[in-house]
Amino acid sequence: MKTLELKRVSATAAPAPGVREQATVSKYIDTTSCIGCKACEVACQEWNDLPAETTVQLGTYQTLPELTPNLWNLIRFNELDHDGALRWLMRKDQCMHCGDPGCLKACPAPGAIVQYMNGIVDFNQEACIGCGYCMTGCPFNIPKLNQKTQRVYKCTLCSDRVSVGLEPACIKACPTGCLQFGTKTQMLDLAGKRVAQLKGQGFEHAAVYDPPGVGGTGVVTVLAYGDQPELYALPKDPTIPLAVRIWKTPLKWLGSLAMTFGVVGTVLHYLRYGAKKAEE
Amino acid sequence: MSGRILRYTLHERLIHWVAGFAFVYLLVSGLAFYSPRLYWLVNPLGGGQTARAWHPWAGVLFTAVCVWMYRIWRGDMAISEQDRAWRKAIGRYVRNQDKDLPPAGRFNAGQKYFFWLMFWGGFLLLASGAVLWFPERIPWSLRSLRYAAVLIHVSAALATIGGFIIHVYMGTAVVRGGFTSIVRGEVTREWARAHHPLWLNEKE
Repeated sequence: MKTLELKRVSATAAPAPGVREQATVSKYIDTTSCIGCKACEVACQEWNDLPAETTVQLGTYQTLPELTPNLWNLIRFNELDHDGALRWLMRKDQCMHCGDPGCLKACPAPGAIVQYMNGIVDFNQEACIGCGYCMTGCPFNIPKLNQKTQRVYKCTLCSDRVSVGLEPACIKACPTGCLQFGTKTQMLDLAGKRVAQLKGQGFEHAAVYDPPGVGGTGVVTVLAYGDQPELYALPKDPTIPLAVRIWKTPLKWLGSLAMTFGVVGTVLHYLRYGAKKAEE
Repeated sequence: MSGRILRYTLHERLIHWVAGFAFVYLLVSGLAFYSPRLYWLVNPLGGGQTARAWHPWAGVLFTAVCVWMYRIWRGDMAISEQDRAWRKAIGRYVRNQDKDLPPAGRFNAGQKYFFWLMFWGGFLLLASGAVLWFPERIPWSLRSLRYAAVLIHVSAALATIGGFIIHVYMGTAVVRGGFTSIVRGEVTREWARAHHPLWLNEKE
């Protein structure tokens, strides 16, 4: 493993060993120029050598209702009747590569989830124990458990390609340029320009989706209706679920303290009072 | 009149130890998942994946045995007026001033409360554990179930662990003869008179 590039490691008390300075990378997704061709879905399946999933007829252009252990990239489709005009909202759904990943926080298996210095959040199936806590920690419903292998899978942001200077497979395949890849600064810059353009075209609520509640995301999304991310199946203000934050910090510390005091308490009790006498 | 009397039948001893070993397995694997500092505990269990696969089944076994215990001990474990008085005076029990306590029957109030803690704790752990067992079966719209399950599972586990620490300590170090009784089944009359006088009266 590229230890010098590890910014965060799941379930590991020792500090992460990453020392290489790397710019945070990001995908750019412009939902307004996506044509729903699904070349990105196919490219993802091909590059990662994933078996094809049987599609489900949903009455829309969407391939499947949700991501699956073998489908890490899904174009979500929604129809919107806006001021008498029909809009097709298509958003490429995949791991958001959060700055503060809830999956990593929830994971109990050392090294099963890592975050690289460039921001990519990656699952290491060798260390994964299949508990599914990452699915509880994720606010975007991304990680999927494979019943057969009992491991969890999701988009790797093509960490293998990115590490050798290539762009992710989905980006490579996009025919309209609605998908771009670069440093996060570059992608935010691009997104800002596109939003300004959209506002000029009358989409007054156009916005960039880069939620601060999860430390920003490694996917910068341009939404025409940015005030209603729910239309694109995106949560409005995502955070790591409160239950996970309680569980992983105060509850864990209190519990560890209580268990330690319990054991120490019995020792102290024995030293002070000793055994009960039966024969008197 | 000296001699030994039967305190636990073979049937009772057997289920006690099935519950005991199941709980220890759950404790060791559960602590490994609870804290990265304790993850090494999965090593004697065959690694993380193996422990993850068996932990739920051990939970099913534990809860099943709890239900079995409930069937045979329900009567003995009923909380009486005397037990409430015992609980109010628990400080004397802690300080080994047992003679100043309301006399205990087959089980003293502490043992009864421990039983009910494990019984209801086991139920909560199984119910929340079922949600954690099959996370992919819980639809996204019902994800609050997962959040609740995590908190309930951890809290109930901590409560039962507290009870377990006291139970093991009392049964081995403080009440000498208790451990032998749950292994071989017998106690002396003196032991019974000191710790469970009302039960001894019933027996005689």
